[in-house]
Amino acid sequence: MAKAKKRFRVTLNRAWCKDCGICVAFCPAKVFEAGERGEALVAREEDCTGCQSCVLRCPDLALEVEEATPSQAAEAVTHGG
Amino acid sequence: MAARTAFMQGNEAILEGALHAGARFFAGYPITPSSEIAELASTRLPARGGVYLQMEDEMASMGAVIGASAAGAPAFTATSGPGFSLMQENLGLAAMAEVPCVVVNVQRSGPSTGLATRPGQADVMQARWGTHGDHPSLVFAPASAQECFDLTVEAFIWAERLRTPVIGRADVVVGHLRELVALPDPEDGRALASRPRPQGPPDDYCTYRPGPDGVPPLADFGSPYIVHLNGSMHDERGYPSADPAQAGRLIQRLVAKVQARVGEMVAVRHFRHDPPEGAPPRPAVLYVAYGSTARAAREAALMLAEKGVPARLLQLKRLWPFPDSEVEAAALEAGLTVVPEMNLGQVVLEVERVVGKRRPVWSCAKSNGEPITPDEILARTLEVVGA
Amino acid sequence: MKARDYLIEEAMPLFWCRGCGNGIILHALLRALARLGKSREETVVVTGIGCFGKADDYIRTHSIHGTHGRALAIATGVKAVNPGLTVLALMGDGDCATIGGNHLIHAARRNIGVTAVVANNLNYGMTGGQFSATTPQGARSSTSSFGNPESGFDLCRLAGAAGAALVARATVYHAALLESLLVEAISCPGFSLVEVMSSCPVYYGRYNGIPDPAAMMRWWQESAVPASRYAELAPEEKQGRFPIGRLGGSDRPAFSERYARVQEAAQAGAGRWIQAGTDR
Repeated sequence: MAKAKKRFRVTLNRAWCKDCGICVAFCPAKVFEAGERGEALVAREEDCTGCQSCVLRCPDLALEVEEATPSQAAEAVTHGG
Repeated sequence: MAARTAFMQGNEAILEGALHAGARFFAGYPITPSSEIAELASTRLPARGGVYLQMEDEMASMGAVIGASAAGAPAFTATSGPGFSLMQENLGLAAMAEVPCVVVNVQRSGPSTGLATRPGQADVMQARWGTHGDHPSLVFAPASAQECFDLTVEAFIWAERLRTPVIGRADVVVGHLRELVALPDPEDGRALASRPRPQGPPDDYCTYRPGPDGVPPLADFGSPYIVHLNGSMHDERGYPSADPAQAGRLIQRLVAKVQARVGEMVAVRHFRHDPPEGAPPRPAVLYVAYGSTARAAREAALMLAEKGVPARLLQLKRLWPFPDSEVEAAALEAGLTVVPEMNLGQVVLEVERVVGKRRPVWSCAKSNGEPITPDEILARTLEVVGA
Repeated sequence: MKARDYLIEEAMPLFWCRGCGNGIILHALLRALARLGKSREETVVVTGIGCFGKADDYIRTHSIHGTHGRALAIATGVKAVNPGLTVLALMGDGDCATIGGNHLIHAARRNIGVTAVVANNLNYGMTGGQFSATTPQGARSSTSSFGNPESGFDLCRLAGAAGAALVARATVYHAALLESLLVEAISCPGFSLVEVMSSCPVYYGRYNGIPDPAAMMRWWQESAVPASRYAELAPEEKQGRFPIGRLGGSDRPAFSERYARVQEAAQAGAGRWIQAGTDR
């Protein structure tokens, strides 16, 4: 059986985020997208590789990326992320 | 009871007073006529585990004093006019952030480099209002080497007790004067200068939550009580706050905590010289003087009494907060008041404020880099008395 | 403690503008403290005045929010009386390089064990984007509409020449490098300076054609070159670029080590003249 791909949970703290667009521009896995009003959206959490670069470069400490627990990962698969 | 008596300079006595009170840190920048204090601090402080820092300028000196005090060391600096001007910025920080410290200004004549380093007393109002904004001011002014010692101890006691900067305002005549000084047993100085300390669980501690006397207990950097000192307007935790009610309360408290304790502080010294027996009764002349000028005024009072005029001298040992009630009482007992000072008239304004129109108040001003002499004071007195 | 444990969460969100680099530096600093296992008790943050001077509002260690330019002087007093403390001076370029420039060179010369973290956003942000002592020649600001006639300081060379024990530079784009440089600097017993090229899209960016936060990050990405590679660049390739990484330092004993010898000598009654050791 192939080793299961690690899943990550990307949490965006809306109250701290100022929609600067840095995460959208620099995420190597293109996890983020800018919404209609330029707001940051976690669009493709399932593609997150856990590199943490968005966390490190977020000017507002608004992002957290954690490895998903097995149950969260299963849930994400069931619901298509 | 004095443990020993020593012949020393006023500046030396200031250093001895600081050590006696428990000073552990000095930061300064050399400037005449205060440099002897720095020189002595550079050997005496490290000998007792303390630190002497020679900073790059007086702004940095005040900054380092504040940092050292926040880390728990009773701290002081010494300077003169030009350096005192540079210290105003961080004096305001010490007042606002409530960091205890003592600043000695051995005055010289100004403005600017002035007549370096001849006598002057023109920094009275600067010591009160030099830093911007409303703030408390606590200023002592010694007139002898002994008072240099005593008032430096007093300055440290109140700086620490009230969490506020205190200014010792000597002048070059006093700073460089050599006299006998009675020094107490060093053991008596232990814990003389001590700041209120927090008690209870560290997590509940707030840097600016005042005790019943309006003074918030202060922990040291490094202690489990986490300290947030702030020179910007702040709340009880030390976090920035722009709330006008909060700001108003804080400014009021900073001033009130000092004002509330003036009754316990050194204020004045009275001298009374009466004419020889049998002289016809006349209204007394009161001199209000401070620093080295008080010595000349005392001599003038003796001469005046010999001429048949009862003479009183009220020596101000504390300039700020101004000793209103003491000055008022003494002035009302006399027929008129003369205020000799080595400036164009600064303390005289305060005396006029206190006395109002009830008695005549005369200035005896001299601002040319020369000390004021008893003859000059006497001449001015006879002029205004009309004798 | 984790990085977030040093953060005063009730003060969030950050006061700084959209895309400002200060939050990236703040976060890197908190991670560095966590990596070093520094306790809140043993850590003292000293700030001056300016945008990055507000950093202490968010840090749960001991702190003092001081006066403009004087953070290093205050930090020097703290460290001198308690060398066991970890003392950080957080400043902007206005604070550290301009009004406080004299304190910077003397802190480096004195080799006081303080870590200076300088958020260099090339202008005075707090007062509305005027040019500072690090604004490049020709750059526009609210007080240099026709291009800055003055040249900016190279802060790292300045601090290095003045005798700092460790000098390093990163950018807010290079946040992981920044974190490791901060770890190295905080561990250094002498004076250390970490200059962080930081984004000010609202003023510097807007005045100089890069108002977008991501574009400004890309600018840092493109202009910063690792020090070893930078040294090999031809002079024309160096135009508009700068080195990052550890850039210098000296291994003189720190002030507190030297001063301990002064105290020993004074306590032994060695007299007025004390040999505190000599520079190499």
